[in-house]
Amino acid sequence: MMNLQEHGQARRKFINQLMLVLCGTAAAIAILVLVLILGYTLFKGISYINLNILIQAAKPMGQAGGGMRNEIFGTLILVLLGCVFALPIGVLAGIYLAEFANPRVAATIRFTADILSGVPSIVVGVFVYAIMVMPMHSFSALSGGVALAVIMVPVVARTAEESLRLVPDSMREAALALGITRWRAVVGVVMPGAMTGIITGIMLGVARIAGETAPLLFTALGSSFGVQGLLKPIGSLSLIIYKDALSPYPTDQQHAWAGAFLLVLLVLGISILVRWVSNRKHN
Amino acid sequence: MEDKTNITIQNTAGEENPNRTCLEHPEDTKGILEVNNLSAWYGKTLAIKNISMSIRAKTITAIIGPSGCGKSTFIRCLNRMHEVAHGGHAEGCIMLDGRDIYARDADPVVIRRRIGMVFQKPAPFPMMSVFDNVAAGLKLTQFWSRHWELEEVVERSLRQAALWDEVKDKLHQSGASLSGGQQQRLCIARAIAVQPEIILLDEPCSALDPASTLKIEDLMRSLVTEYSIVIVTHNMQQAARVSDMAGFFLADQDRSGILIEYGKTSQLFTNPKDKRTEDYITGRFG
Repeated sequence: MMNLQEHGQARRKFINQLMLVLCGTAAAIAILVLVLILGYTLFKGISYINLNILIQAAKPMGQAGGGMRNEIFGTLILVLLGCVFALPIGVLAGIYLAEFANPRVAATIRFTADILSGVPSIVVGVFVYAIMVMPMHSFSALSGGVALAVIMVPVVARTAEESLRLVPDSMREAALALGITRWRAVVGVVMPGAMTGIITGIMLGVARIAGETAPLLFTALGSSFGVQGLLKPIGSLSLIIYKDALSPYPTDQQHAWAGAFLLVLLVLGISILVRWVSNRKHN
Repeated sequence: MEDKTNITIQNTAGEENPNRTCLEHPEDTKGILEVNNLSAWYGKTLAIKNISMSIRAKTITAIIGPSGCGKSTFIRCLNRMHEVAHGGHAEGCIMLDGRDIYARDADPVVIRRRIGMVFQKPAPFPMMSVFDNVAAGLKLTQFWSRHWELEEVVERSLRQAALWDEVKDKLHQSGASLSGGQQQRLCIARAIAVQPEIILLDEPCSALDPASTLKIEDLMRSLVTEYSIVIVTHNMQQAARVSDMAGFFLADQDRSGILIEYGKTSQLFTNPKDKRTEDYITGRFG
């Protein structure tokens, strides 16, 4: 009897170990790929980074020198525009889903949001081209911002909803029992408890749209003339990477690497900054 | 996800039953909470059935009974918190000062300001300081509030809740940093800060140790000079110690809670009229 038990035990232990090793390997591969992508981009990019890249405007195709100051500004403007449109809609939609919608309506909206976040981003670009660029007869920073917002809204809404749901119902009940209206309870009690999660969602959204290229191809277009206003075409880091990487000139390809480096740094910087802010607020 | 108890607005109480006849009689009923034929449902499940009792002003009323007899449901109906839970719905009359709190034009938010509630599990708002916890009811119901006014209210409420001396040096620490007993008294302070007339306590001591329980009981005795208190407890000794009036609930054969007996605590515990009350308080079941 004892022997039998021990035999089974050894087998179970082996399977347990095996599964642990498999999971660990999978995690290691996932991390490795990430590290390789980041490492290669940073390694290749950093050698082409210099002050001129940051402060100079682009030179005509094929010419040496020049920088991507305008594209850096362009990316920041586009991301800012995206946030201006997406944050109120995304956060309020998340609040609606988590706090007010009846289950059936919420399920429908949630499903729609999930589909929207799965729509290929180039389709979003074509859609915004049809509803904004064509009627306005111009590519524009504004339409680029709208396209990015369309991509960002479901990300923000769903993470906001999830983090609001994590706040225990006892908090809501305690607030209501004090004679606080539902809306004030949500803003004053539930949201502060979910703030870290909501900020994380916003961060994810920003990181996502900062690197988007496809939706900008038909909307922001890219520009060789710098920032000319919200109703004119505007360049972005992702667009210049796309353009320069396809160029036959080595100087342009070097610019593409530098741009990739900056984009990675920008997204990383945003992540670290927002995390730091949310941690400080939390403490 | 859909099954998660979600807080939804359900204001059906006054509308679904056009035949309800609640005779409002605002004279001579100051502070009295009169319950008439109250039934409450969770979805299609009838949780309490035809409860009628008159809760006196400036009195501690204990609701006792075994688990699952609808005590909590009953007390949650008293300030319209029952309808906040998923599928919660009530019928019947509850009159405060002779006015029906389930009337179509009665605002549950206003009713909950007049009838406060403290829950079983201490639920201080964890991301707020002790001070903000107590001030929450005022801050979140007014557009703006002067800080010195809040300071006054917070100190008064914490003193009333017998917590001031313990927390006066850590008003700006998180409410979650207090001990369980202190948290529960913080919740009581938070409830009385908005100056309700009635305080409902839903098993406030069940998560606390005996020493903290005793403190809350002392607190109830001191609060009852100003507030009416209704406490749900399944600790019979506690009910016998603190309450003036007691109601005994029991689940009937359909598992719906019914009121078996209601009367003076001294009488209910020494000379119960109903055999089932006697069996329960002498420990034969439950």
